[in-house]
Amino acid sequence: MVEKEITCIVCPIGCKIFVRMDGTNIKKIDGYKCKRGIGYARSEVLDPRRVLTSSVLVSNGEWPLVSVKTSKPIPKNKIFDVLKIIRNTKVKAPVKIGQVIIKNVAETKIDIIATKSVK
Amino acid sequence: MIEHSVDVAVIGGGPAGLAAAVSARENGAKDALILDRNSWLGGILPQCIHDGFGVEETGISMTGPEYANMYTNAVKKQAIDVWNETMVLEFNKKLEITAVNKKGLHKIKTKSIILAMGCREKTRWNVLIPGDRPSGIFTAGVAQAFINLYNILPGKNVVILGSGDVGLIMARRLKLEGANVLGVVEILPYASGLPRNVVQCLDDYDIPMFLNHTITCIKGRGRLESVTIAQVGKNMNILPETKQEIKCDTLLLSLGLIPENELSKGAGIELDNITGGPVVDQDYMTSISGVFACGNCLQVYDTVDALAVGAKHAGKYAVTWKSKNDGLKVKSGKDVRYVVPQKITKKGTTRFTLRVEKSMQNVTFYVKSGGDEIFKKKLRWVNPANMVEINVDISDKMINSKKDLEVSIDG
Repeated sequence: MVEKEITCIVCPIGCKIFVRMDGTNIKKIDGYKCKRGIGYARSEVLDPRRVLTSSVLVSNGEWPLVSVKTSKPIPKNKIFDVLKIIRNTKVKAPVKIGQVIIKNVAETKIDIIATKSVK
Repeated sequence: MIEHSVDVAVIGGGPAGLAAAVSARENGAKDALILDRNSWLGGILPQCIHDGFGVEETGISMTGPEYANMYTNAVKKQAIDVWNETMVLEFNKKLEITAVNKKGLHKIKTKSIILAMGCREKTRWNVLIPGDRPSGIFTAGVAQAFINLYNILPGKNVVILGSGDVGLIMARRLKLEGANVLGVVEILPYASGLPRNVVQCLDDYDIPMFLNHTITCIKGRGRLESVTIAQVGKNMNILPETKQEIKCDTLLLSLGLIPENELSKGAGIELDNITGGPVVDQDYMTSISGVFACGNCLQVYDTVDALAVGAKHAGKYAVTWKSKNDGLKVKSGKDVRYVVPQKITKKGTTRFTLRVEKSMQNVTFYVKSGGDEIFKKKLRWVNPANMVEINVDISDKMINSKKDLEVSIDG
């Protein structure tokens, strides 16, 4: 039995959550102040994920970059693979907020989408 | 001079200005005008490409540009007039604004003015770091604009001084962009930024944090070559035997923010020495009747969510204000650094935002009118980096007693 201490990143409070585990079985979770904390703690010990934000080059736009994010949290160990793909991507203006820039990035079934519009 | 008139004029088109203007229109302002220096709306938000905005306000975690988009859509919907690339030169007690842009010099007559000028970053000269004056030293926000708006990487081997949220977020951003982040140096025994940013910006990428450390020397001819860091003792004295030199080409400073109030000073508005922002009442009205303040020019907020609550409140009361009476003062008692608002002029449920002097556990907040306890709340932990909010019911009796209020902690 091991106890892992996790700092929740869902909201600014940053609850300290304790997860007691037996191998890969979660026995007990406590220390959270809301339900979102349970979900985060479970994911953090079994399959840690993050929303990745970055930017993609834009040609002929009012700005040289468009900010982007993953449509869902991606596995932590895929972050640098995804960044490499993002770095090699270029789009043409105009770009609309919410537009899919890269589909199924690094075989994650998750898309890279624009978080702002660039004329 | 070109003359105009408008019900509510908002100085600054960042998150506070947008929220205040939208709220003013929703609460019955006939028309509203936002004045901003930049060519875009949203202030700092477009360069804050990370997520975490709006969680408390909407339940959804947005990136900065997405959060800005939500409010610029609301500004359009409310038919709020926006003047970009416009510099406000001054305003006065008669509620007239003088501003300049490419079309010329403007005089704007208003029924109320909302101040939302935001804040500035502290620089090397605010903390007086000794040494050379090479290039390669940036405030964290400037580096953020370089990377996220202009596609310029400010350096390759980076040290960050100060563990405020912008500093932590920039540590991750630089790492993801391929720079070598050598460490975050923090003079306090704990990080100044939010716990979630320590986890997802430093711990996730094994970026070291040097707590109880500061920079004692900057070296470099032309470009930055190294910084010397050292541990500090209990009285913040430098411990010379702990000095170590770190080779680097870039130093980012995340030292805190200063509310921008040059215009407020020019108009003769009373400022609070601790917050650096105007002294306001429960409606966020300043010492000049009809002039309101919100956002980071009022006090530096932890999150845009808490900032928006205050800005909407200012926007609402900017529509219906009456000339003020004196009211009660709100004083900061034991272990409380400051309280906003600093004055209470009417009864009702009042939202106090405050900061404590030091980290403490299991504390009780007390609000007293004269010597009488009127409010009590227990909190498991407090620290200076986290703003505390309490809602206190103010009665007519308290107003009429003319006794000042005091907020304090019995830890």
